[in-house]
Amino acid sequence: MQQVHNGIAILIPMENRQDRHILSLKDVNTFYGKAQILFDMSLAMSRGEVAVLLGRNGVGKSTTFKSIIGLVVPKSGSIYFKGEEITGLPPYKVCSMGLGYVPEDRRIFTGLTVMENLEVGRRLPREGFEPWTSERLFELFPNLRGLGKHLGGQISGGEQQMLTIARTLMGNPEMIILDEPSEGLAPVIVDQLANTIRNLKENKVAVLLAEQNLNFARRICDRVFIIDHGRVCHESTMAGLTGDVCEMYLAV
Amino acid sequence: MGAFIVQFLTGLSDAASLFFVAAGLSLIFGVSRVVNMAHGSFYMVGAYVAYFVVSFLPKGIFTFWSGIIIAALAVGVLGVIIEILLMRRLYKAPELFMLMATFAVLLVIADLSLWLFGAEDKIGPRAPGLDGSYNIMGALIPQYDIALIVVAPLILIGLWLLLNKTRWGILIRAATEDRDMLAALGVNQKWLFSSVFFLGSCLAGLGGAIQLPKGGADLLMDLNVIATAFVIVVVGGMGSIGGAFLASVLIGELSSFGVLVLPQSTLVMMFLVMAVVLIVRPYGLLGKPEAEEHLPPELVESPLRPAPLKFRLVGLGVLVVLILLPFFAGSFQLVLFGEIAIFALACMSLFFMMGPGGMVSFGHAAFFGGGAYAAALLVHYTNSPMELAIALAPLCMGLLALIIGWFCVRLSGVYLAMLTLAFAQICWSIVFQWSGFTGGDDGILGIWPAKWASNEVVFYYLTLLVSIGGIMILRYLLFTPFGYTMRACRDSHLRPDSIGINVKRQQWFSFAVAGVFAGLAGGIYVFSKGSVFPTEMSISRSFDILLSVLLGGVHSMSGPLVGSTVFIWLEHQISQIPFYKWGLQIQPWRLILGGIYILLVMAFPQGIAGYFGRRFEGTFSVNK
Repeated sequence: MQQVHNGIAILIPMENRQDRHILSLKDVNTFYGKAQILFDMSLAMSRGEVAVLLGRNGVGKSTTFKSIIGLVVPKSGSIYFKGEEITGLPPYKVCSMGLGYVPEDRRIFTGLTVMENLEVGRRLPREGFEPWTSERLFELFPNLRGLGKHLGGQISGGEQQMLTIARTLMGNPEMIILDEPSEGLAPVIVDQLANTIRNLKENKVAVLLAEQNLNFARRICDRVFIIDHGRVCHESTMAGLTGDVCEMYLAV
Repeated sequence: MGAFIVQFLTGLSDAASLFFVAAGLSLIFGVSRVVNMAHGSFYMVGAYVAYFVVSFLPKGIFTFWSGIIIAALAVGVLGVIIEILLMRRLYKAPELFMLMATFAVLLVIADLSLWLFGAEDKIGPRAPGLDGSYNIMGALIPQYDIALIVVAPLILIGLWLLLNKTRWGILIRAATEDRDMLAALGVNQKWLFSSVFFLGSCLAGLGGAIQLPKGGADLLMDLNVIATAFVIVVVGGMGSIGGAFLASVLIGELSSFGVLVLPQSTLVMMFLVMAVVLIVRPYGLLGKPEAEEHLPPELVESPLRPAPLKFRLVGLGVLVVLILLPFFAGSFQLVLFGEIAIFALACMSLFFMMGPGGMVSFGHAAFFGGGAYAAALLVHYTNSPMELAIALAPLCMGLLALIIGWFCVRLSGVYLAMLTLAFAQICWSIVFQWSGFTGGDDGILGIWPAKWASNEVVFYYLTLLVSIGGIMILRYLLFTPFGYTMRACRDSHLRPDSIGINVKRQQWFSFAVAGVFAGLAGGIYVFSKGSVFPTEMSISRSFDILLSVLLGGVHSMSGPLVGSTVFIWLEHQISQIPFYKWGLQIQPWRLILGGIYILLVMAFPQGIAGYFGRRFEGTFSVNK
């Protein structure tokens, strides 16, 4: 594969090609007004992988996700999903390509019942993936069973977190991005969440998390990207994450 | 007893049409966050289209009702066309600009209706098969009224099923809560918006068409119904279809019985009911507290700073030119510039409560026109001298603003704005209907300046002194602790609360200050014109002021000044167009003004001053 760079044709090795990855970001710069949040953010994730963006508060994890899904449009750089460029596409198009987004603040429709929340997320089945139904989701999230007629605003925080994931899964995504799912949840619910994510991996759904909770991430993730000041400053397998790196970027 | 029952049933049947309009307005606002000012126009067009379709079709029960449905569908299509051609391009623009666009549509439709349908009021045809009456204990009630009483709940049930039992309805309700999340779940909002515009416009058209046999069609329906619809939506609770139904029944009954008790008290009673409901339930009968009724971002984004030196020099230059104007300009220009100065003060007072205060008013003409009336009435009845009248007008309006503001500050955002419009419409109606005291439609004439100021140059200087003085006082206030507190209350309710600031009281006082200065502008205005008419308090006048502020941009204090200058200049230019030369009987100035607004909104979604402010940021920015 060839690419013209500064007028000189250079050869790009096979493993750097975009379509090998389910998701990749290349030199993404995102601003809120005049404030730059992402600085040449680049990362790449393989199919079926569970990866995590680790970093302190305010380093740009949520903005990365919003740039991917299209809620914020990057000023420059490119984002690819399944080999196709999605930079600047409206959220509904990105979603219908098979990328599900679970926001940090959950954003349950509080005036809709649990079943109606699921209905909002429902999309057509995707080839090669078993379609999600409310019944299958209640198996994955037993806590939600029996809450179908409750309003989204009346269930507990943990149940809302389950519901927001379930709602996104109703869209039959090939990959989901989860923004700080373990935040503010009781330890027993966090355990359930870890099981859920392992279950998704078995279903061939790629998962990218944003987390501050290293212990939670360690239990489920294959790959780790450490984020600081709006860029990836360290990338390795989870097993390869050394103590000094954690000390440097994650210690408060 | 029979008369009592009939009166009650009449109230119920009046409620039907109001309910359809209010439900449509509520639906469109819920999903698209557009306060559709053109909604009343859709209602009017519905009535006219039904009139022509029903007269055209052969007479019969079936054709009559088909005519009604055809009219509703036609209005629905009109709504979708406007949504696709205009609104769709503006969803990324600030919410208030969409409001401006819909008001422009209202203006355009008003003139097109005059041209298409004629100036004559149309008397609605009787509904075949329902043209008799029922006798209830000796009192008669038209059969058609009974039909409406049956139809309204059916539509209510239909809407409820549509919103709660269909996927479309679920998506609509989700969109009302969180549009971004809905998009992130893969829903393309374009068709959702278009479909809701269709349904909402259909309902408005249905409301207009269905009341045809009762009330006919006329060209004032658009503004009359929009004010009532706002009241219903506020009383019923925003976004609640059931609430809209309850509130329409309440308002319908009120007008029905009000006519019996005191023919001219209906508006006052509407006011009282609204007041009681809002005191007991600030979010309306069935409304829920808005957890995050946040301000449109364009009001919050840019902090207000004292103008940089270069900009002040430009301002000084303008001032010098204005002072020297009588030496090289004719009397006509003096009058024009005097008018601009007065209007700039009115706009500045609205900017004061809107920009730094964060309270949008759709009814600022209540204070501007009210000030004019206060001064005129003082001169007319007590022979008070001009100086006293100009001094008392702002005080009267301050009092009025304290009364209106007390209710308004209980709400926020669009609800507050709708309430200001409703109050303004009530003030307008009082002035319009109480002709024994205010002269009604004929206005009050012969209000001329005192002898010493009757020279046009002297009066011009007096105008400048009052207007620029008022503007400078408002500016001064913004940079005092009062102004800082005001902006703090706009940006957050919680934070000022936690340091011991009474947010509501601060907003209440800011509201009153804005009223005072609008009243001042009105007070001097009446002497420059020599007369005052109810139009100075009308919705159109409110929107002249509001649109001028938006046109200029709410980011900086130069905005309202630029906007008002452009507005008066435009108005003047349009009045100069020689329509009569082209054989036109009517002056389609609303059409032209509306067209210009639409173009401006599309070209400068940030406002004119905002646009140039950004463009020449380098030239005027504070040194960094």
